[in-house]
Amino acid sequence: MSTTGILRTLLWRDIQLVLRRQSDVVATLFFFIVAVSLFPLGVGAEPALLRSIGPGVLWVAALLSAMLSLGRLFAADFSDGTLEQLVLAPVPLTLVVAVKIFAHWVASGLPLVMLAPLLGLQFNLEVQDLGVLAFSLLLGTPLLSLIGAIGAALTLGVRGAGVLVAILVLPLYIPVLIFGAGAVTASAAGMSPQGALSLLAALLVLGVVFAPYAAAAALRIALE
Amino acid sequence: MMQWQSLDAFLSMGGYGFYVWLSFGLTAVCMAVELVLLYARQNTLDDGEQT
Amino acid sequence: MRINWYRFSSPQTFYPLAGRLAPWFLGVAGLLAVVGLYISFFVAPTDFQQGEAYRIIFVHVPAAWMSMFIYLVMAGWSAVGLALNARLSFMMAQALAPTGAMFTFLALVTGSLWGKPMWGTWWVWDARLTSELILLFLYIGHMALQSAMEDTRRADRAGAMFALVSAINVPIIYFSVKWWNTLHQGASISLTKAPAMAHAMLLGMLVMALAFWAYTIGVALMRVRCVIKDREREAEWIDEAREIDEASEVEQ
Repeated sequence: MSTTGILRTLLWRDIQLVLRRQSDVVATLFFFIVAVSLFPLGVGAEPALLRSIGPGVLWVAALLSAMLSLGRLFAADFSDGTLEQLVLAPVPLTLVVAVKIFAHWVASGLPLVMLAPLLGLQFNLEVQDLGVLAFSLLLGTPLLSLIGAIGAALTLGVRGAGVLVAILVLPLYIPVLIFGAGAVTASAAGMSPQGALSLLAALLVLGVVFAPYAAAAALRIALE
Repeated sequence: MMQWQSLDAFLSMGGYGFYVWLSFGLTAVCMAVELVLLYARQNTLDDGEQT
Repeated sequence: MRINWYRFSSPQTFYPLAGRLAPWFLGVAGLLAVVGLYISFFVAPTDFQQGEAYRIIFVHVPAAWMSMFIYLVMAGWSAVGLALNARLSFMMAQALAPTGAMFTFLALVTGSLWGKPMWGTWWVWDARLTSELILLFLYIGHMALQSAMEDTRRADRAGAMFALVSAINVPIIYFSVKWWNTLHQGASISLTKAPAMAHAMLLGMLVMALAFWAYTIGVALMRVRCVIKDREREAEWIDEAREIDEASEVEQ
């Protein structure tokens, strides 16, 4: 079977797993919704205040949701031995990892992109700002999956991996958060979000090029 | 080069004595503690070797 | 005399060398510290704007420099370890981490102590302090990762991987934090604009930085000896346990 054939099969398999385990997707979304709702409850519902913290809150909640879902990236395949098979397969592990990250993003990142603008309405954000929010998340959530994959691979099978992944990955998420939320904040302030979005896009390119390779190397370390 | 009028002036650092001396003091203490801990660790390891 | 450097890449041969070198580095550190402190308090003039409080830069800035420099060196040793599969490289990285974290912590605390009299608050989210804070998170993450794994080989390599990835990210993080600062505060406000540098001030910072550097090398050499001993012990214990297992199997 050719390399592309194997990868396509793998992608299809992973997507099917996602579709079958809809509860995972729903759980991520519910966490996102609940986390976002906590903030007005915590700081008060004054409209101007919500409008100013809205971009940051939505982005932080999306970031935490993405992070919580990282455990699912490799765990299932690790526990049933598929992962070791994939490492030994005649396909470059980097590409295998890239495919898995993409499937993971479809399950955990893409839904956030679609839901966030709706929640943004709760924060009195303008329509064009909601558009910027969606676009920033569209660029940013794949990055979160890419960077997160490195953390998930490093902590594979470790006791207490959940918290450990958070400690490792959250600092690395900070530039994504800054540019993503910054784009929306700029737009809400009447400035152009282009600068922030371009920087985010640049980071995404870097992530796509380097993260799968790093995650594959980390997987090898974990599986030796 | 002695720009301090008195020991008092030196210690009070123009009113900022607390901040200045705490900074330098904490730095010194951290380094001292690090060294002490390392010496202790080295000694326990060496003692273990005597068996 | 041709020195065969490869000889020292084995932990066993490096151990005595580290033991001989460490006291020298610590001694040099002590001397440099004395000189540096003298410059800090008796040569550097009083600053026109900030009064005497500015003298904190003589520990704050060197500590910040060291915190970043040590992370770079850690990443360097990690890269060497991964490329050459050299145990000692991994051990050096492990030996440097706690000292780096300590300097990061000191940079943060002295930064606060400098900021309070100057700006009235114990913490200011300026670009440099915020970046230092994130660097502290990275140090802690690295140490947490290594201590979470019982298999030393995996701990070494995973830690090295994280050190490399995060070190590459540090410039990106710093740039994004600076950007974030200008976005939210208009013109970039630097917490602690160091006073216009009189020669003596720069000299003081440099000497203190060198003192910290010599101290770091001395401490790292001491710590790597402990790490070597720890691992040797572990290896012996594992070997003994294996012998006992084999012996009991033979008896059966």
